[in-house]
Amino acid sequence: MNRLVLTMALAGLALGAPARAEEANTLTPPSQSWSFAGPFGTVDQAAAQRGFQIYADACSNCHGLKYLHYRDLSGIGFTEDQIKKIAARFEVPAGFDNQGNIVTKPATPASAFRPPFPNDEAARAMLNGALPPDLSLITSSFPNGPNYIYALLTGYRDPPADLKLADGMNYNPYFPGQQIAMPPPLNEGDIAYTDGTVSTVAQNAHDVVTFLAWAAHPDMVQRKRIGFGVVAYFLGMAGITFVLKRRIWHGVH
Amino acid sequence: MASASQSQFTNPFVRWIDNRLPIVTLMQREFGTFPVPKNFNYFWNFGAISMLLMVVMISTGVVLAMDYMPNAAEAFGSVQHIMRDVNYGWLVRYLHQNGASMFFIATYIHTFRGIYYGSYKSPRELLWILGVVTLLIMMSTAFMGYVLPWGQMSYWGATVITNMFAAIPFIGDYVVTWLWGGFGVDSPTLSRFYSLHYLLPFVLVAVVMLHITAIHKVGSNNPLGIDVKSPQDTLPFHPYYTIKDCFGLCVYLALFAVLVFFTPDLLGDPTNFIPANPLQTPADIQPEWYFLPFYAILRAVPNKLGGVALMFGAMAILLVLPWLDTSPVRSARFRPIYRPLFFVWLASIVLLGAVGAHKPEGIWVLLGRIGTIYYFGHMLVVMPLLGWIERPLPLPESISRPVINKDSLPRGASVAEIRS
Repeated sequence: MNRLVLTMALAGLALGAPARAEEANTLTPPSQSWSFAGPFGTVDQAAAQRGFQIYADACSNCHGLKYLHYRDLSGIGFTEDQIKKIAARFEVPAGFDNQGNIVTKPATPASAFRPPFPNDEAARAMLNGALPPDLSLITSSFPNGPNYIYALLTGYRDPPADLKLADGMNYNPYFPGQQIAMPPPLNEGDIAYTDGTVSTVAQNAHDVVTFLAWAAHPDMVQRKRIGFGVVAYFLGMAGITFVLKRRIWHGVH
Repeated sequence: MASASQSQFTNPFVRWIDNRLPIVTLMQREFGTFPVPKNFNYFWNFGAISMLLMVVMISTGVVLAMDYMPNAAEAFGSVQHIMRDVNYGWLVRYLHQNGASMFFIATYIHTFRGIYYGSYKSPRELLWILGVVTLLIMMSTAFMGYVLPWGQMSYWGATVITNMFAAIPFIGDYVVTWLWGGFGVDSPTLSRFYSLHYLLPFVLVAVVMLHITAIHKVGSNNPLGIDVKSPQDTLPFHPYYTIKDCFGLCVYLALFAVLVFFTPDLLGDPTNFIPANPLQTPADIQPEWYFLPFYAILRAVPNKLGGVALMFGAMAILLVLPWLDTSPVRSARFRPIYRPLFFVWLASIVLLGAVGAHKPEGIWVLLGRIGTIYYFGHMLVVMPLLGWIERPLPLPESISRPVINKDSLPRGASVAEIRS
C-alpha cells in the first residue's frame, strides 16, 4: 500500500501534476507478462524494435531519451546499416557556424537521441505548462514500473459523469488524481507495423514498454548472461574450498 | 645484533627483503602462525568478509570517480554515462552500489556476533570501541555516497539529514548553512560530500588497521567466551582459518553476485531514478535499508532535538557497552536470562527497521516508540541489572576440555592436572 501511494505520488511528480488528494481512487496496475522479467528474462527483440517504432512515431514528439545514443539500438537487434538509416532521419544540433548560429545535421550512430524540445521552458510553453518526463529511466522510476506504464498507456477512458476535468486534462484512472495532461498517446490504427503483427493499442503499449524497459537497462541481457558464470564460479569455488577445509580440519577436535 | 634478527626464511630473495624490512616475518606472525581459538563458528567469518568488502568498495569507488562529475548539473547524467557508455561501467557501479549493502550486512552480523558472545568485555573494550568507530565512519561514508547520484532520494535524504543539525540549540541554523556551503542542498553540498566520501574510506582503513592491531594484542574471543588456557585450545591462523574464511567468502560473494547480476535495483529506491528536483518533495522520504532503524528512532520522538539526540545516541551508546554490561560472563550461551533478551533486543531493531520503512502513521508510531524504548532499555537497564540478578550456567574449564584426547595425556596424569 505504501509502495502504491509512493508510485502515485511519483507519477504525479514526474508528469508535473501535484499528487495529493484522490489517491485512494487510483487503480492498481494489473500485472502483464514481460519478456525481461525474472532471472532468465531477456529482451524480446522484435517487440522492442516495434516499441522503438512507436517511440519514434508517437512518443518522441514530446518525450526525450537523452541517455541513449542511436548506436545503442544494436542492443535490440538493429544492424549497423539500419541504425545509420534510422539516425539519418533525425536532425541534431551540431555546434555553430562561423556566424555563431546553431547548425544542425543528420544524426549519426554516435549521436545522442534527438531531444524533442530545446529546453524545459520551451516544452512547457508548447504544452500548456506540462513538462513531459524523459523516458530513459521511466520504467525504473516507479515500483512495478513496466505494469504501471502499460496501465497508464491503455487506461484512458471517458470520465465518470460527476467528474469535471480541468482545462486540457484527460481522464486516466491509473494516474494519481486521475487527471493527466498527456492526451491518449496510442490510438487504434495510428501505428502500422511492418512485420505483420496486428497493431492494437494493447499491442502498441506492450511493445513500447518492452522497448523502454530495455532503454532503462541496456546492460540487462549481458548482465544476466555474465551473472550465471560468476555465480557458478563462486559456488564452484565454495565447493572446492569446503572440501579443502574439511581435509585441513580433519583430525582437529 | 644482526644474527639475532636473521630471517627464518630460506628463499634467498624473501630472506634478502626480510632481513632489511621484516614484512614477511610480520605477515607470518600475524596471519600465519598467529594462534586463534579452535572453536570458532561461521559467525567468525564476517570480519574477513567485511575487510574484503571494504577493498571492493574502495577499488570500485576509485574507478567510478574517474567518470563521475560532482556537480548538481552533471552528477545524475554522469552516473548514467557510467552505466551506459563506459565499458563495464554498469558492473563497477552495481558492485559499488550493492557492495555498500553487502558491506553493511557483513559488518552488522560481525557486530551482533560481538554482542552475543560478549566480545566487547575486558580486555577487548578498546577493540570494540575501534569497531564502533569503523561503523560510524562507514555510516557517514554511506550517507554521503548515497547523495552522489543526485536522484530525488539522494537530494531529499541529504536535505532531511543535514536539517537535523538545525536542532542544535542556538547555533543550529549556522551549522546547517556551513554544512551545505550555501542556503540549501546544492552543488557546493554535493562536491564537499564527494570530497569527504573519497577521504573517509581511507580513514576507515586506518581505523580497521588499529582494530586488527588490537585483536592481535588481546586475541580473539570465541563462542564459549572463555580465555585460551593452553596452546591446545588454539590453531594457527593459517591454514585452518584462511581456508575457512575462503569458503565463507566464496558463499558470500556468490550471494553478492546474485544481487549484482540479477536484481541490482532490489535494495534501491525507484525514486532515485528521478533526477533531483528541489521544487518537488517526494511523498515519502526514506533512507537505505541499513539506516531504517535509526530513522525510526529519529521519528519516534515528537521533539526534533530529542529525536536527533536519540538517533545519534543509538550509536554512541554502543561505545560504552563494555561498561553497561556488568556480567562477568562473556558468551550469551551461559546466560539463561540474557540470551532470550538478546533476541528480543534483536527483534526490536528489526521492528524499528520495519517502522523506518513506513510512514509515521497509525500503529507504526506506537511500534516505533516500543522499539525505541526496548532498544535503549535493554542496554541501559537490562544489561546493567542482569549482571547482578542472573545466575550464569557453569562455564567449561577450557576450550578443548569436552573433546580432550585421552591418548595424548601423559601416563599417570589426571585430566584436571593437565588442564591446570
